[in-house]
Amino acid sequence: MAPEANMQTNTQRDVRPILSARGLFKRYGRVTALDNADFDLYPGEILAVIGDNGAGKSSLIKAISGAIRPDDGEITLEGRVVNFKSPLEARDAGIETVYQNLALSPALSITDNMFLGREIRKPGFMGTVLRKLDHKAMDKFAREKLSELGLMTIQNINQAVETLSGGQRQGVAVARAAAFGSKVIILDEPTAALGVKESRKVLELILDVRSRGIPIVLISHNMPHVFEVADRIHIHRLGRRLTVINPKDYTMSDAVAFMTGAKAPSEPVAA
Amino acid sequence: MSGIQEFERVLDGSDKNVASFEHQNISFLKRAQHFLHSTPAAVPLIVLVLSILIFGLTIGGRFFSSYTLTLILQQIAVVGILGSAQTLVILTAGIDLSIGVVMVISAVIMGNVAVTYGLPTPIAILAGLLTGGLCGLFNGFLVAIVKLPPFIVTLGSWNIVMATNFIYSANQTIRDADVDANAPLLHLFAINFRIGSAILTLGVISMVVLVGVLWYVLNHTAWGRHVYAVGDDPEAAKLSGIQTRKVLLSVYTLAGVIAAFAAWVSIGRNGSVSPSAAVTDYNLQAITATVIGGISLFGGRGSILGTLFGAMLVGVVSMGLNMLGADPQWKVMLTGWLIIAAVAIDQWIRKAGV
Ligand SMILES: Nc1ncnc2c1ncn2[C@@H]1O[C@H](COP(=O)(O)OP(=O)(O)OP(=O)(O)O)[C@@H](O)[C@H]1O
Ligand SMILES: [Mg+2]
Repeated sequence: MAPEANMQTNTQRDVRPILSARGLFKRYGRVTALDNADFDLYPGEILAVIGDNGAGKSSLIKAISGAIRPDDGEITLEGRVVNFKSPLEARDAGIETVYQNLALSPALSITDNMFLGREIRKPGFMGTVLRKLDHKAMDKFAREKLSELGLMTIQNINQAVETLSGGQRQGVAVARAAAFGSKVIILDEPTAALGVKESRKVLELILDVRSRGIPIVLISHNMPHVFEVADRIHIHRLGRRLTVINPKDYTMSDAVAFMTGAKAPSEPVAA
Repeated sequence: MSGIQEFERVLDGSDKNVASFEHQNISFLKRAQHFLHSTPAAVPLIVLVLSILIFGLTIGGRFFSSYTLTLILQQIAVVGILGSAQTLVILTAGIDLSIGVVMVISAVIMGNVAVTYGLPTPIAILAGLLTGGLCGLFNGFLVAIVKLPPFIVTLGSWNIVMATNFIYSANQTIRDADVDANAPLLHLFAINFRIGSAILTLGVISMVVLVGVLWYVLNHTAWGRHVYAVGDDPEAAKLSGIQTRKVLLSVYTLAGVIAAFAAWVSIGRNGSVSPSAAVTDYNLQAITATVIGGISLFGGRGSILGTLFGAMLVGVVSMGLNMLGADPQWKVMLTGWLIIAAVAIDQWIRKAGV
């Protein structure tokens, strides 16, 4: 067990992070959300981010995905400094995010939501000149992606998203990210509202995405899930990265103790 | 690895089919609610057909004639076109109070450039369309970039444009005969076809075509879906990668251009070009058609076909009451009730969704 864990950390030390951040700050008036936060995601890994409510996890990934602009700090993607001014720019750079509030349009259909901002047009004259959308192709694709996630209870792919249950909505958001993410996929509490079967499917999907070589950031409060799939665990506390641990070296109670401040980690930033 | 937990092992046997159910015991009312939720233009259409039937039965053949029915269309063409522009804006959860005066100033510019300055009429028309587009762009800039509330922005531009219109034109009307002599092209939309006793003007046809084109654009192009998404939940739209500012900017600008197009049609209908038309409550009529047409003022919901039916409904009611010899105030009263009923129905239908 121990040598294997060591090997993993070693290889990760040699490889450069695909996505990293240094010294991120974000303040909302007198509330500090990010306080000199660092972040590193390595190629092909599943990085879990855990922390108390309000620790700044969502703020961190929003800064990374262009949804908010940090007051200070630097973000690099594949070694290049990036400065996303909008989520669209991050998305175009290959970073796909499921936000905690899901970011779905309630009155639009499942298909519309999945393809928002990257619609498929019909081939030929209809598509290029009349810019007609290929509803059929999009419906088919959306249905396939939902089925891959085991969301069989969705009866009508043209149903408005507001008519779905909370978990079904979450499934749609996760399916969207998994279908389009090319470099990094970020999931902010993707299983919070999901049932047993659907949570399991999302975990399988996460492992499947990793096997395609795409790294994943998983924010979750579910310790068994985190310890099951994560290669490394980023522990966030009071707006900054407290430490990064290898799940094979620590127990769940250790992680919870670190994240709540009950115990201080021995090394400030491991791994 | 803690791995799969015991209770999760049975998942292998889970059902792999898309769920389906028998629909038998759903009440008629529930089904109606659902149908209306998925077909938002149905309510104004049903009310329109009912009111045509009611007036037809009370007034008789005089009302039911194709002459009267096409006359109604001629009367609503301008408001129908303005309503289409208003629909685009309201779908984004905005409102354009300036749309009526933007139309009037565009008409005044078209008339002046062609008649007073004597420039070729196509240039005059382009100048008018440009004026409308610039007014829309001004509104769009303040709403999308400066992020001011649409109601306030367009309340301001309503006054600004109205004053500019009167100062620029010195309230001089350009007479019908002068337009005919110097710029007959401005009367293009007055050209009409007779089919029996029915009279269809190019203005009416252009309204129907415009609504058809906008319906296609809103439902079958990416831009159209983005208009709905922005009105539905701007924050979610932005996080989904939609350039909300560009969408808003384009919607307000397009609304201005359509208002200028309405100006061209209105010159055909009125003959003369009168700056004092700016005091007519065109934008309120356009908003009325939109609301009665079932477009939600909260944005993101409704079909532009509804606006067309809404405009027709107002036209049918005013013509019907007129033929019955009723006091014109009854028309105002009925319109008021229709607006309130439309919003109440909108709320009821929405409950089917949530
Ligand atoms: N838009 C905002 N305006 C003001 N304060 C904010 C805003 N967004 C976040 N905050 C504050 O920033 C801090 C971090 O919030 P954040 O959402 O990042 O926490 P989190 O770690 O994701 O928590 P949770 O586990 O509950 O999702 C909180 O104190 C929060 O109140
Ligand atoms: Mg959060």
